[in-house]
Amino acid sequence: MMTLAEKILAAHSGKKKVIAGEFINCKVDLVMANDVTAPIAINEFRKLGVKVFNPKKIVFVPDHFTPNKDINSAEQVKMIREFARETGVGFFEMGRVGIEHVLLPDKGIVLPGDVVIGADSHTCTYGAIGAFSTGMGSTDIGSAMATGDIWMKVPHTIKFVFRGKLNKWVSGKDLILYTIGQIGVDGALYASMEFAGEAIENLSMSGRFTIANMAIEAGAKAGLFKVDKKTLEYLAPRAKRKFKVYEPDADAEYSQIFEWDASKIEPMVAFPHLPSNTKPISKVGEVRIDQSVIGSCTNGRLEDLQIAAKIFKGKKVHPEVRCIILPGTQEIYLEAMKLGLVETFVKAGAVFSTPTCGPCLGGHMGILAKGERAISTTNRNFVGRMGSPKSEVYLANPAIAAASAIAGRIISPEDL
Amino acid sequence: MKLKGQVHKYGANVDTDVIIPARYLNVSDPLELAKHCMEDIDAQFVKKMKPGDIIVADTNFGCGSSREHAPLSIKSAGVSCVIAKTFARIFFRNAINIGLPLLECVECVEKTKNGDTLEVDLAAGKILNLSTGLVFTAKPYPDFMSELIKAGGLINYTKKRLA
Ligand code: SF4
Repeated sequence: MMTLAEKILAAHSGKKKVIAGEFINCKVDLVMANDVTAPIAINEFRKLGVKVFNPKKIVFVPDHFTPNKDINSAEQVKMIREFARETGVGFFEMGRVGIEHVLLPDKGIVLPGDVVIGADSHTCTYGAIGAFSTGMGSTDIGSAMATGDIWMKVPHTIKFVFRGKLNKWVSGKDLILYTIGQIGVDGALYASMEFAGEAIENLSMSGRFTIANMAIEAGAKAGLFKVDKKTLEYLAPRAKRKFKVYEPDADAEYSQIFEWDASKIEPMVAFPHLPSNTKPISKVGEVRIDQSVIGSCTNGRLEDLQIAAKIFKGKKVHPEVRCIILPGTQEIYLEAMKLGLVETFVKAGAVFSTPTCGPCLGGHMGILAKGERAISTTNRNFVGRMGSPKSEVYLANPAIAAASAIAGRIISPEDL
Repeated sequence: MKLKGQVHKYGANVDTDVIIPARYLNVSDPLELAKHCMEDIDAQFVKKMKPGDIIVADTNFGCGSSREHAPLSIKSAGVSCVIAKTFARIFFRNAINIGLPLLECVECVEKTKNGDTLEVDLAAGKILNLSTGLVFTAKPYPDFMSELIKAGGLINYTKKRLA
């Protein structure tokens, strides 16, 4: 019978059953784009000469270069803003905007059982709450803005089971880096990843968002989690509409099943220039860093900042290191203030930024120069990702990034 | 339609950040994007390539971001098609949607060198290496994708649906 992804896709394409590899036309519950991808989507949409299918189901989140870093990005956002005013679709203005993949679930805009398409590859993040969400390009989004549906090839599903308990300092980030290290950056190409097992059940919502976020880094179309008590607790203050919870069938067909013992997994670091280039922290060796970035749609949630603050408490960022901390949303910013985290960061000598993608994609707010090296809690370490094509990015969890900022080299908080 | 051009060959996992770095994403004009095509993997690419040239790459071409700017920059730089062992999912959709031809062919990638000249018969999925005389057959598109391509990309396809 059907996997979680297949269940949701069948329900959205008016079918009793869908089969992996089949092409379907699928109704969507939310269509999203950001400041980089919305302008092209809007231009393509205009070619169709029709009205948007439903302004309540379209949302623009200009988060990449916010606050607008230059004239060109200001022009792009202006065009999106004007389109939003004209059509009534959702738009998050500066001061209210956050990083799209933290913001939309936190605002209750995405809910379990939804099909969401976004012109951003990390749209797969919402799989953490049991939504089928996937990244597409601007033309797909432009077309869906008119029709409210999209063509899809039903992905096959690969199941990942993590047994056992997590070690200290091991988080969702380490489980997904471990996974990508094992299967490679195209190990789940065209697939839906489904996560299960004791370690996943015990994982916080933040940890699940981090894992789902990086499904694309294994080439996947989506990364899905079952809805459980933790999900429902997360949703209780947020959901403003009804939603449907889907369960994979016990006899669902998986193209592959991986089972790992989570208690054997250490904090992981992905070396340049691929997220699959991973090493456990004990094997990292001497790697000096110039910058540490903590935040992004991968690790910019309150729990991530709390972990970092615990490590920074009473300590200083290494004199030769710059540390930049980016909360995911304005609400997280406020919470971080109330809890005294911001004070800890500033006293440690770190930058505490407004929510933005900023340095994660080499946009602004902390670009790397030639020969510089950063440790980052973001999701990609491709050549030039954070600035100069001659710079390097190492990916890790917030605890490692914070400890490394203090030590000036990549280390575990254990060794501080 | 027959395409002909010289091969520019790259390895596996050519990502969208090296195809078009984010520092150029504050505009969406295809001609502007074309100026920086492949800049972070091959700084000389735009200078040395001629219209019609063909990119050949190993597995997972176009992985990473959903930026349509990536296939747009390749197309507007004048590249006639991209041949790879496999493509990343979003890049594949984007390229088909905007009308940049892609062909999957493991054997062709393995037996083609940088600088070879290829002739591609898109409709037949045939690739002829004029430098070596070898002929390859690309993996055929699923029916639905052929329909999309025939319609001239997604927007034209949707136009027909809405009419
Ligand atoms: S934080 Fe980074 S990965 Fe996430 S949406 Fe922004 S640019 Fe993309």
